[in-house]
Amino acid sequence: MSVDKDTVKKIARLARIAVPEDQTETLAGELNGILNWIAELEQVDTEGVPPLASVTGHPLPLRADQVTDGEQPESVLANAPEQASSFFVVPKVVE
Amino acid sequence: MSDKANLVAGRSGPFEVVIGMEVHAQVVSEAKLFSGASAKFGGGPNAHVSLVDAAMPGMLPVINEACVRQAVRTGLGLNAQINLVSVFDRKNYFYADLPQGYQISQFQQPIVGEGSIRIDLADGSSHEIGIERLHLEQDAGKSLHDQHPTKSYIDLNRSGVALMEIVSRPDLRSAEQAAAYIKKLRSILRYIGSCDGNMEEGSLRADVNVSVRRPGAPLGTRTETKNLNSVRFITQAIEYEVQRQIEIIEDGGEIIQETRLFDTQTGMTRAMRSKEDAHDYRYFPDPDLLPLVLEQALVDELAGQLPELPDQIRARMTEEYGLSSYDAAVLTEERETALYYEQASSGQDRKLVANWMTSELFGALNKAGLDLSASPVGPEQLGRLVALVSDGTISGRIAKDVFAEMFESGGEPEQIIEEKGLKQVSDSGAIEALIDQVLADNQDKVDDYRGGKDKLFGFFVGQVMKASGGQANPGMVNQMLKAKLDA
Amino acid sequence: MSDLLKLTAVEARAGLDSRAFSSVELTQAYLDAVTATRPLNQFVTETADKALEMAAASDARLAKAEAGLLEGLPLGIKDLFCTKAVQTTACSAILKGFVPEYESHVTDQLWQAGGVLMGKLNCDEFAMGSSNETSVFGPPVNPWSKDGGPALTAGGSSGGSAAAVASRAVLLATGTDTGGSIRQPAAFCGVVGMKPTYGRCSRWGIVAFASSLDQAGTFSRTVADSALMLQAMAGHDPRDSTSANLPLPDCQAAVTAGVKGLKIGIPEEYVMDGMDPAIMALWEQGQKWLVEAGAELVPVSLPHTRYALPCYYIIAPAEASSNLARYDGVCYGLRVEAESLDEMYAATRSAGFGEEVRRRILIGTYALSAGYYDAYYLKAQKVRQLIARDFETAFASVDAILTPATPSAAFALGSKQQDPITMYLNDVFTVPASLAGLPGISVPAGLSEAGLPLGLQVLANKFAEDRVYQVAGALEAAAGFTLAPPRAAGEVQ
Repeated sequence: MSVDKDTVKKIARLARIAVPEDQTETLAGELNGILNWIAELEQVDTEGVPPLASVTGHPLPLRADQVTDGEQPESVLANAPEQASSFFVVPKVVE
Repeated sequence: MSDKANLVAGRSGPFEVVIGMEVHAQVVSEAKLFSGASAKFGGGPNAHVSLVDAAMPGMLPVINEACVRQAVRTGLGLNAQINLVSVFDRKNYFYADLPQGYQISQFQQPIVGEGSIRIDLADGSSHEIGIERLHLEQDAGKSLHDQHPTKSYIDLNRSGVALMEIVSRPDLRSAEQAAAYIKKLRSILRYIGSCDGNMEEGSLRADVNVSVRRPGAPLGTRTETKNLNSVRFITQAIEYEVQRQIEIIEDGGEIIQETRLFDTQTGMTRAMRSKEDAHDYRYFPDPDLLPLVLEQALVDELAGQLPELPDQIRARMTEEYGLSSYDAAVLTEERETALYYEQASSGQDRKLVANWMTSELFGALNKAGLDLSASPVGPEQLGRLVALVSDGTISGRIAKDVFAEMFESGGEPEQIIEEKGLKQVSDSGAIEALIDQVLADNQDKVDDYRGGKDKLFGFFVGQVMKASGGQANPGMVNQMLKAKLDA
Repeated sequence: MSDLLKLTAVEARAGLDSRAFSSVELTQAYLDAVTATRPLNQFVTETADKALEMAAASDARLAKAEAGLLEGLPLGIKDLFCTKAVQTTACSAILKGFVPEYESHVTDQLWQAGGVLMGKLNCDEFAMGSSNETSVFGPPVNPWSKDGGPALTAGGSSGGSAAAVASRAVLLATGTDTGGSIRQPAAFCGVVGMKPTYGRCSRWGIVAFASSLDQAGTFSRTVADSALMLQAMAGHDPRDSTSANLPLPDCQAAVTAGVKGLKIGIPEEYVMDGMDPAIMALWEQGQKWLVEAGAELVPVSLPHTRYALPCYYIIAPAEASSNLARYDGVCYGLRVEAESLDEMYAATRSAGFGEEVRRRILIGTYALSAGYYDAYYLKAQKVRQLIARDFETAFASVDAILTPATPSAAFALGSKQQDPITMYLNDVFTVPASLAGLPGISVPAGLSEAGLPLGLQVLANKFAEDRVYQVAGALEAAAGFTLAPPRAAGEVQ
């Protein structure tokens, strides 16, 4: 498993992080360094071992079906970079 | 599963259509799936929104118990496997109305596994449609694109509302079957009360996967048309997709696996313009949540409390009441209808009540644009009207007038009959007098009849009934006329 | 005035109770210390006015004998905790100017207990780092840095918290620990750093880094102060599904309970090649102290220790890549305008996130992406299971485990920035317990050859914080580490 420039571009696009063309090579190298180091895990025999689902071990708590929150658009929008008529506003989306 | 009746003819030969559906059903609950904000439809922009729904830093999800129960109840209604351990995963993608940057959903371990739905078609055939899974997930917010020339407006009121995604197997073979499937699913959800089935408000919407192939060939490449919110649109979208795909294939082209949008104005589908990241959603178990563990006792309890479902009621209607399977299907599509029918027909002629409901009542409601719940004629009133026909108090024809009056005024059948003097005349003396008068006035026709013109009998019946103002007991008129004429 | 700065939290509480001084006086002494230590860059937001207001309110409660556990004590809060109406940035450009409309559960508990907010403390950006150098505000300087010598790291990610407690700019501070972010900076700054069991303190309102690992904890100058603060912070919170609904054992009593008869595990795998001899010597010294105090040493094996770091560096970035998707310029935080939504996302996130955060997001995205999930994330979660089992096995036969806290003393700022992996190796002793969700404490126990503080780490089984405090209390008593750093407020330099 090794990361090339195209993979860097692909994951950067997935993560919505712009990587300038001249940095893809460096970044690919760095990521490969980390991935090679991580690859040590391949040595571990995990046959039949379930992945750890939770360290605490208690089951998922359920809450009662009651309206206890909301009706506070001012708080929701308080830190909005752009808003209008209580809507968040973003550049036009084309579907 | 190749079924000759469902093949679609192309220029070069027949094609088989393969359809699978992913239905998103909004769960009936007070609050959202992972936050305490209201799940109600509507509200001012960003009103039904908690800081969890807006994905503020450090906000965490806590699951709503009622939504879990609704999912289990629905699973039971779909005769499906209930998974006692299920896991919530994050489905990662960026979108303006998805503040977390991921949707909490269930991927590898859904709460409900395999089940099935039976659909009945107009031609009398029944089909078992496989359900692959049902899982719980969050709805996204809403983007409004028509408020500003260069901006989209985001409202998070829907963000985080609980949805059940119900995935069918690719067992559907025509638009008709797909329509029957969604109607049946909607019906089951409404019986259970886990989804209100309101397609206009988007409480129930479908993504339709369509592909075509030559009979017996391996599955073709499919397209997914998203967010269809009416049975008509589902039908139209499938029909359009089928024709489009057949044309492409016959022109030597290839179908591209893609997501398409349906234009409700033109009835056509088109590819989505926005680029997708090859569906690399990077699912992984949501570390803010733990595995959802259900006790079998809870599942059993919910199963015990489940209402009777349409298939069970329908079986009872055909087997015990002797209704046709068509009538039974019509009467069970909505739970309210079935309840109305049970109440109206209790202690009455079941078939007669069914006829009255499917013809007179539904006709009148349809004409008046009313729902059954708003019917001016209640089930008991209808039952009593039918009883009056059964016991000969009024004729079927008169009953129709009485029904019209009841529908108009909301009055009681007995009272209308009394006031208008519509009671059937079964007094043999009175009927005999009418017959004598009719025969006397038409001596020439009496002679013709006796001379062999049997067909004139109907004429005499009509005249007598007319003379009685329609109130004479038609059976007695028949019998007595015959006796007189043949004497 | 500066004598007030020398009091421990327990002593200061007693002084306030006996009205020897007021909270306003104590708070003012610390505000002066905040000003004096500004060159150390510990605070990213100072809240002097609010502090005096809260102190006055504390004095009023003290007068009415309604004082809480931390009544009137000046606290510093890592800038990862959301504080209502006080800017919270996670030391990232992407959250600059973000003013939460809510208070994190942990800080809310602290204010309910009477704590006084001095301000928000520097940390690595989104808690990603081991030297606090990824902060958009620049790193804090370790108060143990010598005049004329290189500026040393305070450690990370809670470097500001460790430094502020060590330099006496605050009496107590919160931190968060994902892979060692409390214990490592505590060791570097010569203070006590406690990471409780995962689930002990609510994560509600703490900016998330890696949800399955993040846990809030304490910085203090003594073990008893830590126990006092944890008592106030901990507690079940129904808003956090992973919050444990279990009572906290009596940690304050445990501090002085002694270790007589306790079995202390010494893991053979924690002896590493190329380990600083001073660290090795301190570890052996720690074992000796515990034996002298009546404990029994038991060799234990934690065979999967060497896989903990690679395991952590898959899981933490994977979770982070998803947790940080919400910083997209739509609902709050930085937005860099662009024509299309996608361009806005990319421009905002590239400008808003620093280099290390971007690197971890990319690694995490890759580890979760189609085709690699099984090889990386799933594999790592299986290895994590084995690491947790190692500890389970060990704790079947011992009450606590003693290890070094860090592989070295504080290093110079800028010295390890070239290679991310060299930096990651700093967490080698702290990460395994994080993966298993165990409580762990770092206690200052000695000095390196260069005269820099070194710490010992005590681990215990899940929810057995009292055991941690028992052993930590014994170590503290034996070590007698009371040195103040040369650049602490009130010290003659």
